[in-house]
Amino acid sequence: MSLTQLAGIFLAAILTENYILCKFFGICPFLGVSKKLDTALGMSLAVTFVMVLSTAVTWPIYTYILVPKELDYLQTLVFILVIAGLVQLVEIILKKYMPSLYNALGIYLPLITTNCAVLGVTMLVLDKGAQDPSFGYIASLVNAFGAGVGFLVAMVMFAGVRERLESCNIPESLQGLPITLVSASLVACSFLGFNGIVDGLLK
Amino acid sequence: MSGIITAVLLVVVISLIVGVVLAAASVLMEVPTDEKTEKIEESLPGANCGACGYSGCAGYAAALSNGEAQLGLCSLGGQEAIDAIAPIIGTQAVKSVPKTAVVHCGGNDSNTAKMAEYQGVRSCACANQLFAGLGKCLYGCIGYGDCVHVCEYGAISINDGVAQVNVEKCRACGKCVNVCPKKLIAIEPKRSHAVVKCINCDKGAQTKKSCAVGCIGCMKCDNECSLGAIRIEKFHAVIDAEKCTGCEKCVSVCPQHVIEMSR
Repeated sequence: MSLTQLAGIFLAAILTENYILCKFFGICPFLGVSKKLDTALGMSLAVTFVMVLSTAVTWPIYTYILVPKELDYLQTLVFILVIAGLVQLVEIILKKYMPSLYNALGIYLPLITTNCAVLGVTMLVLDKGAQDPSFGYIASLVNAFGAGVGFLVAMVMFAGVRERLESCNIPESLQGLPITLVSASLVACSFLGFNGIVDGLLK
Repeated sequence: MSGIITAVLLVVVISLIVGVVLAAASVLMEVPTDEKTEKIEESLPGANCGACGYSGCAGYAAALSNGEAQLGLCSLGGQEAIDAIAPIIGTQAVKSVPKTAVVHCGGNDSNTAKMAEYQGVRSCACANQLFAGLGKCLYGCIGYGDCVHVCEYGAISINDGVAQVNVEKCRACGKCVNVCPKKLIAIEPKRSHAVVKCINCDKGAQTKKSCAVGCIGCMKCDNECSLGAIRIEKFHAVIDAEKCTGCEKCVSVCPQHVIEMSR
């Protein structure tokens, strides 16, 4: 797989296949933690980290254990188990050896153990691999990293939108969650504009 | 049949591996935590209100166990929390006085009036920027209820244009104290004591024109008080709630009827 192809996968994961705004995974942290820029940033970094790490672990498990034994129907169960255990392990290691990073990411790590965006990435890269045999381990990792960066882009953008919302005069019936969902849908609409841009960029 | 057995076995094996690795990791890489801090945090109410001045209950617990903070800052936990924490940090329990917020203004709609009509954002902070709230009295309650909005316990209401604290609901967290642009609210002991319902800093004649229940600084209460709890500051009386015993002598002598008992 050439470098251009990998760059294409990375950019596509951020823009055209954005896991929050195009596939609507991980709406819960998207609405919950996007109130402030710094928490949005911390959460997205933690998500990116966990996405790459769990893809790195679940891909071999699926390809070399589940598929040969024809147990691929177990993937949801096994993936949740492995991801949850992995995140716990990472939390323990960070706490011991990198306390500063633990303090920055610590409270978000348990929150995303079984986040659907993380599970979605690990399962969707396998679907892609099934459709296109050249989509291997490296491509999956790049895709997972791109998905994390896409999560970060969506969170940071939406944190900005919400900070603007704070100072707006919102009708009483729309205050709180309703106006947040309306603005989220508008941001998602704007992401549809990226359709086809990646193919055009790398031609 | 063998399919399901392999499936069950596989999941069991994976769970076992994950479990053993996690258990080993938690033993090998254990980070010593401060037992004292944990115990103290358990004794605190866990409301994370911030009234103690630290970042939540965990912050206060850490400061307590380092000996940086004083006991009794937690107004929500009160005496119970103090009694529980004192043996943990090895100090004598101090006496906690239950506290409540008190509004120092009695200028309701029948006692004072607005100078002009205000049509901006219904917020004291905004109104205060325009001619100090457009009331006849520049020191009194604006009455748009910034304190009502900030109160998490629903303890404050606006009655007749003046904020009123429901003593039963108030937890003395101090959020209203910080939000009031007129600095009219103070945290004082809950027991009965005299309160000057005015902080007007104008001279007496001016105060009389702006409000029917404004303190004119006549010093009658000061002369009457045998405990030295009253002083006159900037043309209005101030009562030291710690010294006041609630004898009500000042209440009866006040010509403007500004002094009231707190409950």
